[in-house]
Amino acid sequence: MTKPQLLNSNGNAQAIALSERVYWIGALDPNLRTFDIILKTANGTSYNAYLIKGSHGVAVIDTVKENFAEDFFARLESVARYEDISVIVLNHLEPDHTGALPELMRRAPHAQLYISQKAQTMLKALLKQEDLLYTSVLTGDCVSLGDRSLYFLHTPYLHWPDTQCTYLPEEKILFSGDVFGCHFCDSRLFNDEVGDFRFSFEYYYAHIMRPFKDHVNRALELIEPLLPLTKIAPAHGPILRDQPQRYVQRYRELSQSTLQSEVPDGEKTLLIFYLSSYGNTRRMAEAIYEGAMSIPQVRVSLYDLEGSELTPFVDLIEGADGIVLGTPTINGDAVKPVWDMLSSLVVINLKAKLGGVFGSYGWTGEAVRMVEDRLRGLKLRVPVPGLRIKLIPTEEELKLCHHFGQQLAQELVGLRHNKIIDIADLG
Amino acid sequence: MAKATITFEDINVTVTAPAGTRIIEISEKVGSGITYGCREGDCGTCIMKVTEGWDNLTEASVLEDKILRENMAGKHNRLACQAQVLGGVIKVRPV
Repeated sequence: MTKPQLLNSNGNAQAIALSERVYWIGALDPNLRTFDIILKTANGTSYNAYLIKGSHGVAVIDTVKENFAEDFFARLESVARYEDISVIVLNHLEPDHTGALPELMRRAPHAQLYISQKAQTMLKALLKQEDLLYTSVLTGDCVSLGDRSLYFLHTPYLHWPDTQCTYLPEEKILFSGDVFGCHFCDSRLFNDEVGDFRFSFEYYYAHIMRPFKDHVNRALELIEPLLPLTKIAPAHGPILRDQPQRYVQRYRELSQSTLQSEVPDGEKTLLIFYLSSYGNTRRMAEAIYEGAMSIPQVRVSLYDLEGSELTPFVDLIEGADGIVLGTPTINGDAVKPVWDMLSSLVVINLKAKLGGVFGSYGWTGEAVRMVEDRLRGLKLRVPVPGLRIKLIPTEEELKLCHHFGQQLAQELVGLRHNKIIDIADLG
Repeated sequence: MAKATITFEDINVTVTAPAGTRIIEISEKVGSGITYGCREGDCGTCIMKVTEGWDNLTEASVLEDKILRENMAGKHNRLACQAQVLGGVIKVRPV
C-alpha cells in the first residue's frame, strides 16, 4: 500500500480518505513526550478528527489540540466547505479534542453541536460560554446526514464522565473517542501500515482505561453487537481497519482479572500489607492476620511491603475485597513506601472496598490517621477506626490487634451488625 | 433537637443524628460504601438510593436536581453530600 499523503503538492495539510465519504482531518504531534503529566509518549501522539459527507450534510467528529488547529482546518477545507457542515460531534471534551471547537463553530454557522448528556457542564466550563447551543444525546439517539447517519453510544467514564462513541452504520465505522486509542504518532495512519504500536495500545489501556474496567465492560456490551466493524476510528493513534475486532476482543481480555482467583464465590479476600523497622508494626500485622483468619469465609493474606515491587500488589488489590495497611510513624508521617503504594492505586477501581490502618509509633503516631484519610480519599470505606500502639506491643495490645483483625473480617462478611449508634459516639 | 434514625443498608448500620446533619457526615464515619468525590454537590459521585423516608430528608436544591438529571439518576436518588436528615426513619444505600 502507498503511504497516505498528509501534505499536498503545495505542502499544505490535506485530508486522508478512510472511504469515499469518510476522511481523517486530524493532526500529528510527533514531538510530544509526556501527555497529561502521567503518560509517556515515546514517539508523540495524534489528535484524530474525522469528517463524514452525507447526501444532506457534512459531519465533523472531534477536533484537535488548539495549537494544531491550522492543520485541522487545512485538512477540513481540502474536502468540505464550512457552510455545508450541519453536525459537529464531540465524543470527548478534553482540550486535546476540543481545542479547535470555538473557531470551528464560528466558521461553520449552520452546524449543530452534539455532546453526551454528561458533557453539558463540562462544555460550559471548558468554553466559558453560557449561551452555547447544543443537543445532548444518549444511546440510540441518531442524527441524519441523508444517506449517512450517526448513532450515539453512551459510554461514560472512558475515561471522563462525558465520553461517548459515534457509529456510522452505513459503513460500519465506529468513531470511538479515546476508547481503542493510544499515543502513537505515525504518518502512515492505519494499523496495517504503521510501526509496532502494540506496546502503546496496552500502555494506554493500563493508564487510561484500567481504572474504569467496569465501565469498559458496559461499553463493550454496546460495541460488540456492532461487530464486524470495517473500521474503528479512535481519537488517538492508528485507525484500526485491519481486523478491528481484535482490539475489541483485547479490551474484553484486559478488562477481566489478570489471573482467575482461586477464592470461591461467597468468600471475601482481605490483604494485609505492612512495613516495620523494629518489628513492632510487624507483630501487630501478624496478630491482625490471626484475628482476621479466625472469621469464616474470609481469605486473608499477609505481605511485607519491603519484599516486592508494587505492581503485583496493585494487581492483587484490584481483585481484593479489602486492604489493611500497617505503617510506623517516622518524623510525623507514614513511610514513603506506603505513600508510593497509595499513589500507585490510581490506575485501579477501589470504590467501596474495605480499608483499615494500623501501626506502631514512637511519640506522635500521625501516620495511621493520615493513611485513613487517604484511603477515604481513594473512595475506600474505613469502618473500623485505625489502631495505633506506642512502641512495642504488649500481650494485651496484641489482643487488641487480634480483635481489630476480627472486626475488619466481620465487616467484610457483614457479621458486625445490626447495631444502632449515636453520631456523638462516632467521634 | 429532633433526631433522625438513618440506616446504611449496605453495611447494616443504623445511626441516630440530629436534624440538619448531612448524610456525608454520618456515612464516612461508619464506613458505608457511598463514596465521595468533590463533596460539594457538583460531581455526582455520591449518588445514593433512598429506600425509605424520602420526606425525612431536606428537599433537593435546583443545583442538586440539575446534577441528578445530568447523571441520569433514578427518582429515588439523592446526593449524599447535599441531603440533610430532618427526623424520623431514613434508609439509604449506594447505587
